[in-house]
Amino acid sequence: MTQYIYLTVLLPLLGFIVNGIFGKKYFSEKISGIIGSGTIGASFLVALLSFIQVLGLPSEQRSIEVSLFNWFNIGNLNINVAYQVDQLSLIMALIVTGVGFIIHVYSIGYMHNDKGFARFFAYLNLFIFAMMNLILGSNFLILFLGWEGVGLCSYLLIGFWYDRKFEKSTTSDAAKKAFIVNRIGDFGFLIGLFLIYLTFGSLNFKEVFPAVNAMSNTTIFNLIALFLFIGATGKSAQIPLFVWLPDAMAGPTPVSALIHAATMVTAGVYMVARCSVIFASAPAIMTLVAVIGAVTAIFAATIGLVQTDIKKILAYSTISQLGYMFLAMGVGAFSAGIFHVMTHAFFKALLFLGAGSIIHAMHDKQDITNYGGLKKYMPATYKTFLIAALAISGIPPLSGFFSKDEILWNAFANGGVVLWLVGVVTSLMTAFYMFRLYYLTFEGKERFGHDAHPHESPKIMTIPLIILAVLSVIGGFVGIPAVFGGENSNLFEKWLEPVFADANRKLSFYNSYGHTTEILLMLVTVTGAVCSILLARFIYLKRISIADNLSRTFPKVYKILLNKYYVDEIYNTAVVNPIVKISDRFLWKITDNKLIDGLVNGTADVILLISGYIRKIQTGVTQIYALVMVLGIGLAIFWLILSIK
Amino acid sequence: MENISLLTYTLFLPLLGAILILFINKRKENAIRLSGLVISILTFIVSLFVFFNFNPSADNFQMVQKVGWIKNLNISYQVGIDGFSLLLLMLTTFLTPITLLSARNSINKQVKEFTFFMLILEVGMIGVFISLDLFLFYIFWEAMLIPMYFIIGIWGGDRRIYAAVKFFLFTMFGSLLMLVAIVWLAIYAGQYLGGFSTDLLALYKVAPSIASNVQNYLFWAFCLSFAIKVPIFPLHTWLPDAHVQAPTAGSVILAGVLLKMGTYGLVRFCLPLFPSASIQFAPILSILAIIGIIYGALVSMVQTDMKKLVAYSSVSHLGFVVLGIFAFTQESMQGAIIQMINHVLSTGALFLIVGIIYERTHTREISEYGGIAKIVPLFSIAFMIASLSSMGLPGLNGFIGEFLILLGVFKSNVLNNWMYAIFAATGVILSAVYLLWLYQRVVFGEVKNEKLYKLTDLSAREMFVLIPVFVFIFWIGIYPNTFLNISKTFSARIVNQVTTDNAAKIKLSENIKDK
Repeated sequence: MTQYIYLTVLLPLLGFIVNGIFGKKYFSEKISGIIGSGTIGASFLVALLSFIQVLGLPSEQRSIEVSLFNWFNIGNLNINVAYQVDQLSLIMALIVTGVGFIIHVYSIGYMHNDKGFARFFAYLNLFIFAMMNLILGSNFLILFLGWEGVGLCSYLLIGFWYDRKFEKSTTSDAAKKAFIVNRIGDFGFLIGLFLIYLTFGSLNFKEVFPAVNAMSNTTIFNLIALFLFIGATGKSAQIPLFVWLPDAMAGPTPVSALIHAATMVTAGVYMVARCSVIFASAPAIMTLVAVIGAVTAIFAATIGLVQTDIKKILAYSTISQLGYMFLAMGVGAFSAGIFHVMTHAFFKALLFLGAGSIIHAMHDKQDITNYGGLKKYMPATYKTFLIAALAISGIPPLSGFFSKDEILWNAFANGGVVLWLVGVVTSLMTAFYMFRLYYLTFEGKERFGHDAHPHESPKIMTIPLIILAVLSVIGGFVGIPAVFGGENSNLFEKWLEPVFADANRKLSFYNSYGHTTEILLMLVTVTGAVCSILLARFIYLKRISIADNLSRTFPKVYKILLNKYYVDEIYNTAVVNPIVKISDRFLWKITDNKLIDGLVNGTADVILLISGYIRKIQTGVTQIYALVMVLGIGLAIFWLILSIK
Repeated sequence: MENISLLTYTLFLPLLGAILILFINKRKENAIRLSGLVISILTFIVSLFVFFNFNPSADNFQMVQKVGWIKNLNISYQVGIDGFSLLLLMLTTFLTPITLLSARNSINKQVKEFTFFMLILEVGMIGVFISLDLFLFYIFWEAMLIPMYFIIGIWGGDRRIYAAVKFFLFTMFGSLLMLVAIVWLAIYAGQYLGGFSTDLLALYKVAPSIASNVQNYLFWAFCLSFAIKVPIFPLHTWLPDAHVQAPTAGSVILAGVLLKMGTYGLVRFCLPLFPSASIQFAPILSILAIIGIIYGALVSMVQTDMKKLVAYSSVSHLGFVVLGIFAFTQESMQGAIIQMINHVLSTGALFLIVGIIYERTHTREISEYGGIAKIVPLFSIAFMIASLSSMGLPGLNGFIGEFLILLGVFKSNVLNNWMYAIFAATGVILSAVYLLWLYQRVVFGEVKNEKLYKLTDLSAREMFVLIPVFVFIFWIGIYPNTFLNISKTFSARIVNQVTTDNAAKIKLSENIKDK
C-alpha cells in the first residue's frame, strides 16, 4: 500500500474539487458531507494499511519514497513532487487523517443548515490536502507547499463567516491577521531553505540530512536552525508570533479543533522533528527552542487563567501545550514531542469539539460565566469533556500523563531544573484553568437565562466525541516509560528511534539520574495537578468570592492578564501603525507625489517657461525677421573675415 | 525571397488585419470587433506554429530571416528568436485576443480606431521581441508608443491627457538616450566590423570588447531607457497614472507586455553587449530593484483606488524581475524570465478583475465596496485566485518565479551578499499584506453600500477572458517545466556569457580588491 501513499494526498484534493465546483448547486448536505468525509476516511484507510505494511518490514526498510513527477529543475536544483513514507510521516499521517476524519464527520452535524455547507467541506478537504503535503513531502519545497497551503486554508476557514462580527471587526480581520503573521514566519522559513540549498546544494531530505551528519560547522547550522525555527514560531504560534491563534477562534469550532489545535499548529513541531539532525547540530538554537517553548507555555497558561470565552481559554491552552512540544524539541526529546503532538491531538480536538457542542447548545454564546450546570442537559458532552480535561491535566493513566511526563522528565534530565520547574508550574496552571472551565460550565448553578434551552447534540456529533474520548484514555499506552514497563515498553519511542537516531547521536545525552528521581518527579507533578484540580473545585464550586477577591486585590495583574499582556496593542503601536503611516504620508504622498513627480513636472514647467520666452522671438513681424537676418549675415561675414587670416 | 520566416508572418498578419479594418464601415461595430478578435486569434495560431517549430535545446537564434533594407548603413530587416524571446512573443499573441475580448463592453466609442490601434500595438510588440537589428528594434520600440498614447488619451479616464502626456514624455526621454547609444555603438563597433552596423548578432561579438569606460556610458544610455519602461525606482511615477487612466485593455497590455519590454531590453541588449558594465553595476541596480520591491509594496498597501493599488504592485513585482536578472545565476535568470510571464498573468488578471467590477459600478474606490462575496461568488473566487497568484502562493505561478529569483540571488557570486535576498524576501510578506487587505475590504465583511446588491456575477464572456489566464496560472504553478525548458538553454548561456567574460572577470577582481 505504501506505493499508493500519494492517494492520501490526492483524495482530499479530489474532494475539494468536486465539492468546490458542484457542491453548492447540485449536492444536498448529505452528499457534500459524504464526499467530504469519505475522501478523508479513504485517506485514513490508505495511511493505516501503509502503516500495517511498514510495521511488517524490518526497521531499515521503513523509509520509502514515492515520486510522482518532476516539479522543476534548474542546474543542481531538482525538485520532485515526491512523498516519503517513514516512521515519522506515517504517525503524522495517521493523526491528521484519523482525527481529521472524525472532525469531518462531526462537522456534518455542526454545520447543518449553514449556507456554505459544501464550501466548508471543500475548504476542509483542501486543508487536509495541504497538510498531507506538509507531512509526507520528501523535500523542503513540497513541505513548504503544504506549509503555505495550510496557511491559506486556515485563512479561508477563519474567515468562513466573513460577514460575521468578531470582536471589534468581522472575522475576516482575524483571518487576514493569521495569514500575515504566518507569512512573517514563512519568510524566516524561506531564508532557512536558501541557507540549506547554499550549504548542501539540494533541498531533498535524503541528500540534505546525511550531509548534515558529515558536517561540523556550528555557525551555519545555528543560522539554518534559527531561520527554520522562526518559521515554526509562526505556524505553531510561539512567542513572538503567537498573536494570530487566539483570534483564529473566529472560525467555526470544528476548524479550531482540526486546524488550530490538532493538526496545523503542530506543523512547526513536526518540521523541527523532521530536521532534528540540523537542530541537534545547532546547540545554541536548541537552547533557544527550549526556552521559547517553556516561556510560551507558562506565558499562555497565565493568560488562560482569567479568560472567560470558552474558545479563548482553549486557544491559550493550545499555545501553552505547543510550548511544551517545543520544550521537548529543545531538550532533544524529539519522540516525546511527537508523542505529545499525538495525545494532544486527541484530547484537544475533543475539548474543542466538546466546546462546539456546548456552543451549539447555548445558541452561540461562548462566555463560561454564563454557563453552569450543563452536566444534566448534555451527558455525553459532559463525560467526554471531563475525560479530556483530566487528560490534559496529566492525570494517570490518561494519555496526557504519559506524554507530558516524558517531556518533563527529559526537560529535567537534559535541560535542567529551571526548564523542568517552568514545565511543572505550567502543568499546574493548566490543570487549574481547565477545571475552572469545567466547573463553571458543567457543575454548579445554572447561570444562563430562561431563553436558553440547552440540549445534547445529535449522534453525529457525540459519537466523534466518544471516539476521541476513548483515544484520549488509551492513547498514552503506546508510550509507557521504561520505569514502569521495562526496556521495551515505550513502543512509540522505539518506533521513531531510527528517525531521530542521527540527532540523538549528535546530542549524546546520557542520563545520570536513577528511576527513583524519575518517580519522585512524577509524583510531584501528579500531586500538584490533583491539588490544582481540587483548588479549582473549591474556588469555582464553593467559594466563587475568592476569585473575585483575588481580581480585586490585584487589579493590575488581573487587567494585564485579561488583556493578554497587551501584546496586540504593542504590536499595533510599535509596528503596524508606523508602517502604514509612513507608507501613506511619507512614501506615497511626499516621495512619490511631491518629490519625484515634482521633479518631473518641474522640469516640464521649466522647459515650458523657457520656450515661453523663446516663443516671443517669433512675433510674426517681418521687419524684425529681416533685421535678424541681416545681423546674422553680418556676423557670418565678420567671422569669415576673421578666419581667413 | 525564398525563405520567409514564420516570424515574418506573425509580424505582418496583425498589420494586414489593421489595414483591413480601416476598410470596414465604422458603424458596423460588431463586425469590427469580430474581425479584430479573429485576426488576433489567427496571429496566435501562427505563433503556435512558431512555438512548435522551435527547438529548445539549440543554442542559437532560430527562424532567422535577413533582408537588406537601408544598404548604405548596413541596416537590414533581421528577425529571429531564441527561448527567451519566444516566451514573450507567445505572451503577446496570447494576450491580445484576451484584451480585445475584455474590451467588448468597456470600449463603446470609436471602436474602429480602438481595434486598429490595438492591432498596430501588437505589431509593435511582436516586432520588438523578434528584431535582431538594433535599428529595426528601435523603430518598433518607438512605433508602439503612438498607439499606446492614443489608447490612453482617447479611451482613458478623466485625467487621461495628463497621463498620456506623462507616459509619452517619460518613455520618449528614455528612447532618445537609447537612440544616441545605438548610433554611438553602431559607429564605434563599426571600426571592427568594417563600417556602420546595427546587426545585433555582429554587435554581440564585438561590443563586449569595448573599453570599459565607454561601455559604462553605453550601458547607462540603454539601461536608463529600459529602466523607465520597467519601471525601476525612482523612474516609476508615470506608471500609476498611466494605468489608472488607461482603459482596462490598455492596462492589461501595459502591464502585460509593455513593462516586459524594459526587462526584455535589459536581458537582450545590456547584458550581452556590455557584460563588464552589467557586472559592475549589478549591485546598484539590485539595490534599486529591492527598493522598488519594498517601496512599491508599501505604497500599494495604502492606496484607496483599486487600480492604483494593482499598478503599484507592478513596481514591486518588476523589482523581483530586475533583481533576478542582475544576480547572474541560472536560477535567478530562469526565475526572472518566468516571473515576467507570471506578472502578465497575475497582474493582468487583477486588472481584468478590477475592470469587470468597474464596468458595473463605475467606481474604483475600495471604500465603496465590501461584502460582495455573497453577491458575486464567481467573481470573488476569480479575484481570490488572481490575488493568491500575485502573492506567490506555492502551487500557483507566482511562487516559482519568486522562489527561483530569491534562491538565485541568495547564492549569487556577483552580488555576494545574503542581505539582498533577505530584504527582497520581505516582499513576500508585504504582498500578502496589500493583497489580502484589498481583498478583505472589497469582498469580505458586511455589505454597507446598498447599490452593491445589484451587482451581477461574471458573464460567459468574462469567464472566457479569465479562464485562459487561470489555466496558465495553474499550469506554471504545477508544471513549470513546460516553460522553464524553453528558456533553459538561453538562461544558461547568457549567465555564462556575462560571468565568464574576460573583461568582466578583471572587473570583478578589481571590485573585490576595492572592497
